[in-house]
Amino acid sequence: MAKTAKPPKPEELSKIDYRPPRTHWMDTPVQFKEGTFCYASRPKYLEEVDFPNAREWSSADEDWKLPDNWKEILLEGIKDRLKKYRSFQLFMDICVRCGACADKCHFFLGSGDPKNMPVLRAELIRSVYRKYFTLGGKLFGKRAGARELTYDVFKEWWYYFFQCTECRRCSVFCPYGIDTAEITMMGRELINLLGCNTDWIMGPVANCYKKGNHLGLEPHTIKMNIEMMCDDIEEITGIRIEPTFNRKGAEILFVTPSGDLFGMPGIYTCMGYLMLFHELGLDYTWSTYASEGGNFGFFTSNEMAKRLYYKIYAEAKRLGVKWILGGECGHMWRLVHQYLDTWHGPADFLEVPKSPITGTVFEHAKSTKMVHVVEFTADLIRHGKLNLDPSRNDHLRVTFHDSCNTSRGMGIFEEPRYIIKHVCNHFYEMPEDTIREKTFCCGSGSGLNAGENMELRMRGGFPRANAVKYVHEKHGVNMLANICAIDRAALTTLMQYWVPQVDVCGVHELVGNALVMKGEKKRTQDLRLEDLPGVEEETEEEGE
Amino acid sequence: MGMLFSLVVVVALILIALFGVKVIGLQFLFGVIIPYIAVLTFIFGMLYRVLKWSRSPVPFHIPTTCGQQKSLSWIKHSKIENPAGTLGVIIRMALEIFLFRSLFRNLKSDLRDGRLVYGSDKWLWLAGLAFHVSFFTVFIRHLRFFANPVPKFLNVIDSIDGFLQVGVPHLLITGVLLLLAALYLFIRRVYIPQVRYISLPADYFPLFLIIAIASTGILMRYFTKVDIVKVKTLTMGLASLHPHIPDGIGAIFFVHLFLVSVLFTYFPFSKLVHMGGVFLSPTRNLANNSRMKRHVNPWNYPVKVHTYEEYEEEFREKMKSADIPVEKE
Amino acid sequence: MNLKELLSNRKETIINKWFDLIIDSYPPDTAHFLRTQKNQFTNPVGHTIHNAIEGILDELLEPSDSAKLTSHLDSIIRIRAIQGFTPSVALNFLFLLKKVVRDEIQAEAGMNGVAEELLGFESQVDGLLKESFDIYMACREKLYELSANEARNMTYRLLESANLLKDSSETFHPEGDGFDSG
Repeated sequence: MAKTAKPPKPEELSKIDYRPPRTHWMDTPVQFKEGTFCYASRPKYLEEVDFPNAREWSSADEDWKLPDNWKEILLEGIKDRLKKYRSFQLFMDICVRCGACADKCHFFLGSGDPKNMPVLRAELIRSVYRKYFTLGGKLFGKRAGARELTYDVFKEWWYYFFQCTECRRCSVFCPYGIDTAEITMMGRELINLLGCNTDWIMGPVANCYKKGNHLGLEPHTIKMNIEMMCDDIEEITGIRIEPTFNRKGAEILFVTPSGDLFGMPGIYTCMGYLMLFHELGLDYTWSTYASEGGNFGFFTSNEMAKRLYYKIYAEAKRLGVKWILGGECGHMWRLVHQYLDTWHGPADFLEVPKSPITGTVFEHAKSTKMVHVVEFTADLIRHGKLNLDPSRNDHLRVTFHDSCNTSRGMGIFEEPRYIIKHVCNHFYEMPEDTIREKTFCCGSGSGLNAGENMELRMRGGFPRANAVKYVHEKHGVNMLANICAIDRAALTTLMQYWVPQVDVCGVHELVGNALVMKGEKKRTQDLRLEDLPGVEEETEEEGE
Repeated sequence: MGMLFSLVVVVALILIALFGVKVIGLQFLFGVIIPYIAVLTFIFGMLYRVLKWSRSPVPFHIPTTCGQQKSLSWIKHSKIENPAGTLGVIIRMALEIFLFRSLFRNLKSDLRDGRLVYGSDKWLWLAGLAFHVSFFTVFIRHLRFFANPVPKFLNVIDSIDGFLQVGVPHLLITGVLLLLAALYLFIRRVYIPQVRYISLPADYFPLFLIIAIASTGILMRYFTKVDIVKVKTLTMGLASLHPHIPDGIGAIFFVHLFLVSVLFTYFPFSKLVHMGGVFLSPTRNLANNSRMKRHVNPWNYPVKVHTYEEYEEEFREKMKSADIPVEKE
Repeated sequence: MNLKELLSNRKETIINKWFDLIIDSYPPDTAHFLRTQKNQFTNPVGHTIHNAIEGILDELLEPSDSAKLTSHLDSIIRIRAIQGFTPSVALNFLFLLKKVVRDEIQAEAGMNGVAEELLGFESQVDGLLKESFDIYMACREKLYELSANEARNMTYRLLESANLLKDSSETFHPEGDGFDSG
């Protein structure tokens, strides 16, 4: 974009062409703009998990300190992955460039950058595939849509594969089911062969590998923080909860993203779990070793993701639990649902999950033996096992954001809505094109939720925020509920920029607020320790 | 640029056929040898493609889910958009293949200023469907040239196709539809800037080729009529592997046949293979039952992990002082 | 006819021309999409900009509520502040309004009093420009504030417990930055 020295007259100004040069996309090298990319990973993180090419470098630098044979490594990497993944091989071949996906990407909608069209994002790598792996590309070069793999091309990959949140919205609309997430994953695997991941992703990976969770929290810190939540719960309800850690012989192991243990507003969701499980008298345990449901390894390579997820089954086996309950999280559930059993199964040392409260057998999870907490809670409500007072959430007008991974990689739509409708009196859906399988990403998924790329995140999240703004203006919505830890953190920020009147919470925070516990004192505060509006005037209605 | 290049290539192909047949008299080459090569290339090329795809395994179970999962018995499961079993997958795939279900999602109407406005993308779905249906019908119709007597169902198709009963011979709708749909797809590709931006010569070339094939076909049937009996003699000769070129078939027929041969040859090496690929797409052809039934990755290999023992080794003292149970005191 | 009437009569033309000029600051290959796709949710950027400039022009012609004007300015600048434009380009849309209006009433500019009114109108636009600088800066500052807030939110409990334990040697030291999990 041209820069004007001083404001000229309107006439002069209109003559300035701000449009980028009309070059073919292959001939338009990427420009790294501050605010749109993440910082390069520090070498220590790579070393901790034995990743190649650990060195100090910066993504804004000219020289990325790649190994001399970087090109060979990449081409070899492509070849290897074409053989291992049918999705990759197929998606390289069958795109007809119909453009149906073009305007489905939230980054495209928010930025207008043509390389954010899913089809073009895939062409970045497809063009190289044609050059080195197809006859037409070898013979006819650019005429066949092929191009050389150059340093600039590699940088372009890096830039744009870290502008995709692997949300799969495009794959819903593609007539052949081409899933850009698959292509981005392959792109990122290739990037990792040269040790070029971001600090924001590699830090959590390294932490999680050795310490069990992304933040690198040690066992005693985890316990202390959960106990602090119990202090708050005691203040709100008068009930003391004593959760257990690494306890052998428990019936259920509970695994949740560590963001819920320490970050706002995730901790309120976590307090909701603690209260619910206590009220049920559930025989469950936390683990400090398997203390992370999320998996940033998935944003580096399939192998790293597998290495991190080893802990879940291993810990379940060591503790001798019967089955595993998983907290609210997006990419965690994509992985638990579609990958965990394949990586580390069969989990034949566990039993088919059965709710000890309702007796419901979760047949749909009979192999993986892991149940989503909203499936578990919806079942409780259905069987009338919870005493709920939705009026405690009356000050909230709630809408629900479907998280990408649980929507398009699982299909969990009704369970959270069922719960919300039983714990809240005011629930409003966002417009149809922006929810369920067509939901818009928060713009920060797949490891893009760093601080330095805030501008990019605000762009990518705009389509989502725009729909929230609509229900805020139309129905006075002031709370955006969701079942994802990244959402809880990232949507909070997104709302503060676009729709500051709307706050963000997990579904189980709403449950915790509405849950009438045996022997609790009259609630005057919600889980955020904020006064419940109008509670003084009310007579004792709870516990009917 | 890609567009012009493709156009030039198609025009050149037409000229080559005309020149070859009219000037040099290479009827046998264009009428017999090239068509045989083309059909063989098509068959083996497609086999090679599909085998190559199926040689790459599906390591993970990655369907794209577009509806409610099958979970609790009282929650209404979306059996087609998010199938949990084979039957659901078959229906989902059938909707995808015959009705372009995913493209149809673009069909969106909304109320704007009190008027119902449709998203322009419904045209892509409609044109895409019209294009493929008519292409398929035209292809099937042509089988009558390779069978004697003509099977009954081909006559039925012809009579349905010609239901308008206008013109002599009867106007067959699908031929015209094919041409119009291809023209629409071309115009759309040029008119919408972001689609033009992503377009390659490989996108224009097949469109031009098909437009040329449909045009020559229509020319032959309705305008510069060729001797249909002689054409059938030729095609039956090809089908019975006793090739024979009767005299006096118009050059335009050879142009038509040559372009079709080019299409057949080009097919397996181009994006047109999406025809076969869609059946193999793992985001569509898998049931969403990965928690019910374990999906096996054939190349699953052991990875380096951080075991609990190593973890406890590092944190034992801290765990003990925080009253967290440990394995080794 | 005075300027206000002239502009009111041609409102639709002005809005359309103005909108087109603004959209021209986006890559040509995608501008078409922003321009033509009318759906509020499938084209949030185009829709918001169109709505905002319509609102701005309405308010300029028939002032009713300065808060409304601010909110329209805000909704367009909030978008342009995060789209990688330099400040001058991000706020250029107000200059473009001047141009469109001048072009539109060229024929009538000589009419009685219109030229004078035009000056007045342009001063009004200049006023909006001043306000826009503030909004733009506030948006940019907000971005930095959000990064800082987020880092704090993500490690909220850690910081809290660190305070509680300030006498203890067990204070947790996150390695310089708060990583999210998720």
